[in-house]
Amino acid sequence: MLDLNRERLLQAYETMKTIREFEERVHIEFATGEIPGFVHLYAGEEASGTGVCMHLDDRDSIASTHRGHGHCIAKGVEVKGMMAEIYGKDTGTCRGKGGSMHIADLDKGMMGANGIVGGGPPLICGAALAKKTLKTGGIAIAFVGDGGSNQGTTFESLNLATIWNLPCIFVVENNGYAESTSSKWSVSLSGNATDRAAGFGMPGVEVDGHDFFAVYEAAGEAIERARNGGGPTLLECKLNRYYGHFEGDAQTYRPQDEVKNIRETKDCLELFRKKVTSDGIVDVSDLNAIDQKVMKLIEESVVEAKAAPNPAEQELLTDVYVSY
Amino acid sequence: MARRATFQKAINEALEQEMERDSSVIIMGEDVAGGTYTEGDSDAWGGPLGVTQGLYTKFGDRVMDTPISESAFIGAAIGAATCGLRPVAELMFIDFMGVCFDQIFNQAAKFRYMFGGKAETPVVIRTMIGAGFRAAAQHSQGLYPIFTHIPGLKVAVPSNPYDAKGLLIQSIRDNDPVIFCEHKMLYDMEGDLPEEPFSIPFGEANFIREGDDVTIVAIGRMVQMASEAGDALAQDGIQCEIVDPRTTSPLDEDSILESVEKTGRLVIVDESGPRCGMAADIASLVATQAFDDLKAPIQTVTPPHTPVPFNDFLEDLYIPDTERVVKAVRNIVKGN
Repeated sequence: MLDLNRERLLQAYETMKTIREFEERVHIEFATGEIPGFVHLYAGEEASGTGVCMHLDDRDSIASTHRGHGHCIAKGVEVKGMMAEIYGKDTGTCRGKGGSMHIADLDKGMMGANGIVGGGPPLICGAALAKKTLKTGGIAIAFVGDGGSNQGTTFESLNLATIWNLPCIFVVENNGYAESTSSKWSVSLSGNATDRAAGFGMPGVEVDGHDFFAVYEAAGEAIERARNGGGPTLLECKLNRYYGHFEGDAQTYRPQDEVKNIRETKDCLELFRKKVTSDGIVDVSDLNAIDQKVMKLIEESVVEAKAAPNPAEQELLTDVYVSY
Repeated sequence: MARRATFQKAINEALEQEMERDSSVIIMGEDVAGGTYTEGDSDAWGGPLGVTQGLYTKFGDRVMDTPISESAFIGAAIGAATCGLRPVAELMFIDFMGVCFDQIFNQAAKFRYMFGGKAETPVVIRTMIGAGFRAAAQHSQGLYPIFTHIPGLKVAVPSNPYDAKGLLIQSIRDNDPVIFCEHKMLYDMEGDLPEEPFSIPFGEANFIREGDDVTIVAIGRMVQMASEAGDALAQDGIQCEIVDPRTTSPLDEDSILESVEKTGRLVIVDESGPRCGMAADIASLVATQAFDDLKAPIQTVTPPHTPVPFNDFLEDLYIPDTERVVKAVRNIVKGN
């Protein structure tokens, strides 16, 4: 099964499960009114972020989207800090000054979720240029949604990455909806972002984003090509989100039972569990033990986030400049 | 005797010396080498006005031509700055900020704050400003107040070759994003220019001329108009103190306030627009902080609230000139 031994499979499962439970819990807690602002949940899309980021280490950078919690966790951002950040607390990853849409941890190569659709791809061209120029061996990955795939920043970046032969990947997470608008309509070529890659002279690969193994394999090839100087790739993960564009979205644009059907037939965690247990590499008890561990972590994250202090008054004025 | 050199030479020399000093400094922009992938000279243009000429020949791939994709390459400069490089990106004309502003004001400017103080983005965006080139409404604006408005950005507007070199070196060494504004009518201006590298700290105004009667705060090319006015008025016994802030963010508020405390009169000369511009900003500063020092109403000398016209007669009317500065000073001095 690719280069995934038992330990790596358990790691992949733990990452996906952590993302899922993090998001399910944020969904519940947001409804209580205790979480300020608004949040965009990644539940349902875990195989994409995890399958891509499993290939990365701290040399590598990613830029994320509105829907960034999953990418953060997959890139190794500490979960308790993230939860505290979503609550706006001083113990948060960004000390409560960023919030859900701006969680970043540059030491981990996580360049930020982004409040601007399509904000990430130009930044990732720069990150890739830096890695190439400084010969760090690192690569850079821009995640965009189907909505972000239509931004001019994305098109410009696809072109720039090609002509500069940058070590980067553009991962389009096509979940079918840009906010409430179908990607089958808003993305030309009947919603197939992959087909645009040819126009930029780069490989374009479409995978089933519910299937961790498909994502892992396709991302691995693209990342290896980028690391070896072979230039950029566009990887499109076709997948679904389990919740609305944001929490509170009534999702009247979705057919009834769409999410229920996907959860029953295409859930990435269920598909993963079935595959690894039927292959006999992993016992159900191993996965259940991870479930317990993850639930405990998420529970502690929420309890600690709620109890954590707000930033002090003077924090309003700090961190604007390095020096001024 | 100090060496004389142009504003253009000052910029070129600052870039060359910083690239020599620090291998993480790279340059990118449209035609900054000029000639990439052509059959002619590979260092053909050195930017549209030749400011970066010769740097590609000397530094090779560290001087990167870009496609006409400002969002992508300004964003790339910003992303690279968070990953260990010190990019100097050239936004050919400040007017083109419209096609890449998101990367500057929503990304670069906010990283440090949004990420809880853990980001450094040492990027410089060099850009050409100003009217007088008969370049019409989309290549002539003085939009630096828009950048000045954004927390997280620093903004330099040098008025002479010495400041251009010192401020650009400071911009490159600085760990915050800097918008470096070069007035296109100043490139040929000559002035004293030391050959060795030196830097000028941000937020320190330069006193161009000292005087007790009127403070004139002037920015960028307008320092020339203020200086000429100061010379003319001195013949009538009116002594102007001319303060050149050199950077609009940070702004040396103390120097402006101290000068007004001494003179009691203030004229602000700026080529950016009258609404929400530097003149309005500095007038507000003095009115709120030093009202009791004022002996007369503050005067502002700015272009009108219009686009920059193409016709030379109209464009000359648009740009504040020496005569308007003299008139503004006389307006507030005659009462005493």
